Amino acid sequence: MLKQIEGSHAMAEAIALCRPEVVCAYPITPQTHIVEGLGELVKNGSLVDCEYINVESEFAALSVAIGASAAGARAYTATASQGLLFMMEAVYNASGLGLPIVMTLGNRAIGAPINIWNDHSDAMSVRDSGWLQLFAETNQEAVDLHIQAFKIAEELSMPVMVCVDGFILTHAMERIDVPDQATVDAYLPPYDPVQVLDPAAPISIGAMVGPDAFTEVRFLAHYKQTQALGLIPEFAREFAEKFGREAGGLLRCYRTEDADVVVVAMGSVCGTIKDTIDEMRDDGIRIGLVTIVSFRPFPVDALRASLAAAKDVVVVEKSIAVGMGGQLADNVGSALRDLPRPPRLHSAVAGLGGRPITRASLHHLFRQAVVQPWEGTHFLDLNDRVVGREIHRKRKSRRSGPTAENILRQLAIASGLPAAE
Amino acid sequence: MPNPVATLAPEEAVQKLKYYQKGTFTVGNRLVAEAERSVQASRDRSNALTCGHRACQGCGEALGARYAIDAAMRATNNNLIAVNATGCLEVFTTPYPETSWQLPWLHSLFGNAAAVATGVAAAMRVKKRKEVRVIAQGGDGGTTDIGFQCLSGMFERNDDVLYICYDNEGYMNTGVQRSSATPPAARTATTPAVGAEPGNVFGTGKSVPKIAVAHGIPYVATATVADLHDLERKVTKAMGIRGARYIQINVPCPLGWGALSHDTIRLARLAVECGLYPIFEAEHGKVTEVRKIRRQAPVTEYLKPQRRFAHLFKAEHEDPRVARLQAICDANIADYGLVDAIAEEA
Amino acid sequence: MFQVRIHGRGGQGVVTGAEMLSIAAFFEGRHAQAFPSFGSERTGAPVVAFCRIADQEIRLREPILDPDCLIVQDATLFKVIDVFAGLRGDGYLLVNTNKSFAELHIGEAANRLPKRHAVIVPATEFALKHVGRPVPNAALLGAFAALTQFVHIDSVERAIEEAFPGKIGAANIAAATEAYGFVQTQQLAATAA
Repeated sequence: MLKQIEGSHAMAEAIALCRPEVVCAYPITPQTHIVEGLGELVKNGSLVDCEYINVESEFAALSVAIGASAAGARAYTATASQGLLFMMEAVYNASGLGLPIVMTLGNRAIGAPINIWNDHSDAMSVRDSGWLQLFAETNQEAVDLHIQAFKIAEELSMPVMVCVDGFILTHAMERIDVPDQATVDAYLPPYDPVQVLDPAAPISIGAMVGPDAFTEVRFLAHYKQTQALGLIPEFAREFAEKFGREAGGLLRCYRTEDADVVVVAMGSVCGTIKDTIDEMRDDGIRIGLVTIVSFRPFPVDALRASLAAAKDVVVVEKSIAVGMGGQLADNVGSALRDLPRPPRLHSAVAGLGGRPITRASLHHLFRQAVVQPWEGTHFLDLNDRVVGREIHRKRKSRRSGPTAENILRQLAIASGLPAAE
Repeated sequence: MPNPVATLAPEEAVQKLKYYQKGTFTVGNRLVAEAERSVQASRDRSNALTCGHRACQGCGEALGARYAIDAAMRATNNNLIAVNATGCLEVFTTPYPETSWQLPWLHSLFGNAAAVATGVAAAMRVKKRKEVRVIAQGGDGGTTDIGFQCLSGMFERNDDVLYICYDNEGYMNTGVQRSSATPPAARTATTPAVGAEPGNVFGTGKSVPKIAVAHGIPYVATATVADLHDLERKVTKAMGIRGARYIQINVPCPLGWGALSHDTIRLARLAVECGLYPIFEAEHGKVTEVRKIRRQAPVTEYLKPQRRFAHLFKAEHEDPRVARLQAICDANIADYGLVDAIAEEA
Repeated sequence: MFQVRIHGRGGQGVVTGAEMLSIAAFFEGRHAQAFPSFGSERTGAPVVAFCRIADQEIRLREPILDPDCLIVQDATLFKVIDVFAGLRGDGYLLVNTNKSFAELHIGEAANRLPKRHAVIVPATEFALKHVGRPVPNAALLGAFAALTQFVHIDSVERAIEEAFPGKIGAANIAAATEAYGFVQTQQLAATAA
């Protein structure tokens, strides 16, 4: 049913349709509305046969989900940024144990400095954990991906993280088609565990594994991600058949067929990039976009195929591995390595800590990549003057003060507002 | 020496036989009625923690866990799931590819046993399998320190979980480091017996049983491997209650305490009888029962057999901290009413 | 695509206003995207909310940098932030006030817009009168409908009802209706002039 609804509330409704049995709630901006929405649905009786547990930390949230999932219940939780880091041990534990937990990640920057706005640093921090990571481009896709996530997780027996841009998607109200229960039930069967704690058939889960077997266990987790590369498109196809629209899959191509320049990106920024591409196409520039939906497993083969004919590839991402560069650019580079005529790769980092990514800046960036390419990582819309001043200040004196506060003071002075001492 | 029997009045001349053996000191219990025998004495016990595990000789934790879990299995008709924190118990019971657990058992992390157990209990509720009960268990490190947040959360929500803490007063599995359950003056690898105040510092540490009582949860108890009947009784009682429950069992660690492996039960008994480890029960924030001390032992009798306290007895004069430990014992005895005032003979 | 930017202060219902506008557009079968400017929320602090309306899927996610219409819920903001930034040359301006543009010192900016594209409306007064609270967002939507004719007043009323069920909804609708009438009268007078 079509609704004009806030992204988080639509996601809550979609998750409820998946009949979760245990939901763990701990608040953190920007996912809080999702767990609040689920809490209301449980309390008002719309979501039945669901235990809603208010936990005391994110570490507890995922731990409760681990216990519930191991005992055979469909388990769900949500977090972001600092919360994800706080549950980090449990993140690796869940994937190491192969438990099909679904978790929403309301993408938000990781501090310090503390920042509540959107970027992808939180998702990047767990990209090696074995969790599947799916990025939603729109709120409609956010709804649809959650439904697919439970199916993929339970088939594979591996946890899945659905990444949705904080604020930009979670707090935007837009037109979304929320599916009905019957269609979801037809798509998503009840949870049938691969392993389960049951007094009728006792097993021990979570033993210590030594050097003699650890490598094999890890290999099988690695192999599962390979299996996921096949499962994800298969379940996306089935979704399209049952729900009547495309969503999910490994990646999507937009106007790439004859493109000289192909942009690669993830999440909501792809919408803005599409508008920019249409405008540039009107100017006669052959440019297209590959939207990566499945970041883990990373769709190396599909990506290589979609980029093979391009001359330039511009990766725009909302995160950076400090000291090294963009993680997405790095992964894209790996995919391009074995091409006979690999395109030139241009890495841009944008939108960190919620800085808006504008069409104007993207127009400039995409043109610059071809005409005046840069080396290494380019920080979109970097305030060079502020950065230069801070570097100079640090050289001048040892006790130069905290960097973040110095920069904020510079910006306050520049905008004419009174600066705090 | 006067003959005690000869000085008794005629009607008391025949000494009543006191079955001390009924209580703690004999586990085989052939002298008592079947209903009063321990679970371990029964051939039908579930053996949920069966033989073949790799615990040290004299391990108090293995002893306590065996008694506790079998009692819980009997009380729940074998409908039990155990969640274990990282630690000695987890490590020595599941040396890959073997396990000595004969019940469903899950090990997740060091600090989250209480939360994981909450999740298991929630799953059983939602699956409408209320007869299946959940135990979370861990050592003092995993309970009083790193697991404390999850424990308090579980208590606060009154989740239907019995948490059993096997308190051997240190992080034993990693090489005997200090925890917040380590008694003052004890030597550990991180509170070495050197410097101005050798061993663990006075004025630190916490009593999780007291904190559990403060949470007002349905049932809190301390127990000891020196009184295994009492331990079984407490676990059985706990399994008859719904909601958050906590049992902390004092389990000597011969290796970590520097004690002889055959002294485990004796040291556990001395810890109780000197007053350092009060044994009590509480319900909804109020202490309901205490285990009286029959024969109060001086704290030195408890300390001396343990090398972790050896530095207190090296010098010619007794270390003043022995007196401070005795003062702790005396305070516990007073607070909990552990010793009945003895009527003066006329 | 039609882009509306709403300026106000925390506690004045700026975000709800943007959401209601998007709901009104939804009822007319259109796509609409409403979102706040995601700042730390604090009663009294400047707040911006955005609403895009289009007949096809809206893909753009940047803040509204070149609005077709500015709704200003709090006239004290003109001195604090650059409210007019990016307003299109043929755009609309709707200000909640009972002062004139000249008195607000924004006469020049208002005059740059086409005739009948800039109006004032005492929305807070209407809100106080009908609802008893100084939250002008619903009234301003009624005014918006009259000013731009981009959404129908009926859709605005339905949207208000959706956001505020029961008596409060009815009261807000009354405020919106009065504001609608107020602006309509101004527009007719301006046409006649």
